[in-house]
Amino acid sequence: MNTAIKELGELVGREYKEGFVTDIEAETLPPGLDESVIRFLSGKKSEPDFVLQWRLEAFHRWQAMECPEWAHVHYDPIDFQAISYYSAPKRDEDRPRSLDEVDPKLLETYNKLGIPLEEQKALAGVAVDAVFDSVSVATTFKDKLAEVGVIFCPLSEAMVNHPELVQEYLGSVVPPSDNFYAALNSAVFTEGSFVYVPKGVRCPMELSTYFRINALNTGQFERTLIIADEGSYVSYLEGCTAPMRDENQLHAAVVELVAMKDAEIKYSTVQNWYPGDEEGRGGIYNFVTKRGACRGDNAKISWTQVETGSAITWKYPSVLLEGNHSTGEFYSVALTNNCQQADTGTKMVHIGEHTSSTIISKGISAGRGQNAYRGLVKVLKGAKEARNYSQCDSLLMGDRCGAHTFPYLEVKNPTATIEHEATTSKIGEDQMFYCRQRGLSEEDAVSMIVNGFCKEVFRELPMEFAVEAQKLLGISLEGAVG
Amino acid sequence: MSAMESHAVPYVEAQQAHASELPAAGVAALDRSRLEALEILGERGLPSQHDEDWKYTSIKPITRSRFSPAVSGVDCSEHFIAASAIDNLDAWQLVFADGFHLPHRSKTDGLPEGVQVTGLAEALTQDPAPIVDRLGFAMGEMPHGFSAMNSAFVGDGALVEVDPGVQLDKPIELLFVSGCSGEGFLSLPRNLVILGDGSEASIIERHISFGAERSLSNSLTEIILGKSATLNYCCAQDQAERTFHVGGLFCRLAQSAKFKATTITMGRSWVRNDARINLDAEGAHANLDGAYLAFGRCHVDNHTHISHNAPECTSRECYKGVLGDRGHAVFHGRIVVQPHAQKTDSEQSNQNLLLSADAQIDTKPQLEIYADDVKCAHGATVGQLDEAALFYLVSRGVDRETARRMLTQAFAAEILETVTPSALQNYLASRVLSQLSPAVPPEAVA
Repeated sequence: MNTAIKELGELVGREYKEGFVTDIEAETLPPGLDESVIRFLSGKKSEPDFVLQWRLEAFHRWQAMECPEWAHVHYDPIDFQAISYYSAPKRDEDRPRSLDEVDPKLLETYNKLGIPLEEQKALAGVAVDAVFDSVSVATTFKDKLAEVGVIFCPLSEAMVNHPELVQEYLGSVVPPSDNFYAALNSAVFTEGSFVYVPKGVRCPMELSTYFRINALNTGQFERTLIIADEGSYVSYLEGCTAPMRDENQLHAAVVELVAMKDAEIKYSTVQNWYPGDEEGRGGIYNFVTKRGACRGDNAKISWTQVETGSAITWKYPSVLLEGNHSTGEFYSVALTNNCQQADTGTKMVHIGEHTSSTIISKGISAGRGQNAYRGLVKVLKGAKEARNYSQCDSLLMGDRCGAHTFPYLEVKNPTATIEHEATTSKIGEDQMFYCRQRGLSEEDAVSMIVNGFCKEVFRELPMEFAVEAQKLLGISLEGAVG
Repeated sequence: MSAMESHAVPYVEAQQAHASELPAAGVAALDRSRLEALEILGERGLPSQHDEDWKYTSIKPITRSRFSPAVSGVDCSEHFIAASAIDNLDAWQLVFADGFHLPHRSKTDGLPEGVQVTGLAEALTQDPAPIVDRLGFAMGEMPHGFSAMNSAFVGDGALVEVDPGVQLDKPIELLFVSGCSGEGFLSLPRNLVILGDGSEASIIERHISFGAERSLSNSLTEIILGKSATLNYCCAQDQAERTFHVGGLFCRLAQSAKFKATTITMGRSWVRNDARINLDAEGAHANLDGAYLAFGRCHVDNHTHISHNAPECTSRECYKGVLGDRGHAVFHGRIVVQPHAQKTDSEQSNQNLLLSADAQIDTKPQLEIYADDVKCAHGATVGQLDEAALFYLVSRGVDRETARRMLTQAFAAEILETVTPSALQNYLASRVLSQLSPAVPPEAVA
């Protein structure tokens, strides 16, 4: 087995496959953040005045906040004045109307990633709102969506065309003062998607968007807002890759979901940002605030995430279960290899009666990766008959990695039933022996066992994503066998 | 000066005023360690809820008024001690009034050779060097201001030392009575337990209140176990409503040592327990269990920390709580597996039974694992009595109230049944039952 480990060890040393830089001239603001930057950003997008005022208030609140340090991750302090807060592909004025008009270089970038827009359009019937750095370059399937009344557009466009919806819901789930990074995002967010599904409409296709971080030293501050009105359903896919970089790049996004009575939102993420090299140099800092609110009875919000990238992942997709009989779900696979650090989990806040939540978290640590699950299940006094089940399993590969579990359970109602369990183990020698003895290579055996370990989560992913996720996991783990 | 620091000031001043009167004052090494602890107390102050380890526990009930350190010389009546005795328990006994050893009330006759069971102050005055060396060893870094306070005043308490190979056939009971000095006193007992290689002992640490006087008991126990030593340890906390108890339990285990600790918290008091177990060498095993009742307006906070510092150690932890009325319980269990502590096998569980609408539980079971060849699991549950089990009992003719009590008792029994000797187990079971009886109203859950 030892020789096999050595060979596999070489495989771990693979380079990040999606590491390349597209050479497009970008219009970029000089580094630094003050009121004038915010005014510039707001003016650039011709935003209504209420958005500017909202941004400025968030900025003032942010200035009074301190950078949080409680997470189980280590990194050098970030100099927020050394970051440029805007970068847009040039020729902003004549943005392409269809794929044919899209800069061929951009298309080439996507082709390298293996996610050509045309192919996706044809294959999966997925509408893609591709974000290249900070400005949307193509939005497809818009007409088809418009037929049923679904609004799917860049947030900046929604601010102009649907200000009443934006004003009502923006910041209603994640208020600007929520936390340090949410405040920063509220002040400087530049792009992101907006989805509104009207009453009783079942969105005819999976909505999808790809984020990339491209120009050097520009953090990306997306803001996504999804509203599912009464009785509607929407499934939203988010996937990320980024080119190889030497300097750490900050990503502080905010995602807000609102599900009204009987509505359901399914939000899936496959995250594969540049994790840094073997020594942990470079790599993305992913500090994200994701939260959904089940506003009405029987509403349901489901988060599914597969996290294989980023130098540091710090995110807790949460659900506020306000409506009676509302449901929150969180399915997560987080993988850390080399020097990656992840502190991720969820918060389920039970407010309404008969609310239920499910948490399934699978952490895989290899190399020197540090993987922490941090979750909160909170049952308020009025939340009668609340039900929660949490399961957090960790798989360790190699003797220098770490797996940590920090669940918080706060219960103020005696009718609640809360269960949390967690296990930590390595791949059993007996499991490996069995697979090897049946003729599987060591690598296939590990891949099979890991995929089995994650099955409960992959099952929740839409088909296209499930395939990509399994592939990603296989690549990220190649040779990381202990 | 922050509120945390200012809360510590009266205690810092009290220590400075009485430093020269503390046992074995003038022994340089001891003076130095007291001074260091005092500095930590002054700098860190008393904990606040901004401190993650105190997030759910407010010390306001303690800081609302100040407590003066109790002074030696106070007695506790023979009648009271006899009345609080555990029936049928055959044990050696040390009795402490507000943290001070009462030799005339203690029973240490017939101790085998090679066993020392005495007051810490007495031992310090006779031969301080070997004790001073080992004070603070099991604790390591002080977890908070209260342990610094105890260390700054370190003086009296219990010293139990068992020579290598000696096996005790009877338990040693350390009985702490607080509130003997009257209203508003602080007791600071410090216990040191040292078991030599291959020795075996059983220790009961019991905390009770003398009356209804408002008092603060800040007790700290350090245990050092030699190779293959075995200690069976039970801490029973059964104090009155106006007693505040901060307990520390720190243990270091050498190779193949075995430590079983059970902490039973009853009564109506405000309790905070910190337990820290270090498995320092291969093959060590720790069993850390606890049961807590939180009724009335009682607050019980158990913080445990088990650190696997060497390969092939095992640990088992199980804490169970029953909460009623306006009771508030906190559980924070942390298991750390250090790098190189391969083949660790560790399990932790925390289960809670909520019996009333105003009870509250905050639980944080945590695993921090830095080694890969390990088997670790933890679990936590919060729930109510099983309706099906209740129905079964009621259908058999048991009235609802009795059925509830039976099931609640059975829930706690899992912990109590592991306690030895049986006289202690029976005593604890009856104490628990007596506290459950009025507290499980017929329709508490419905």
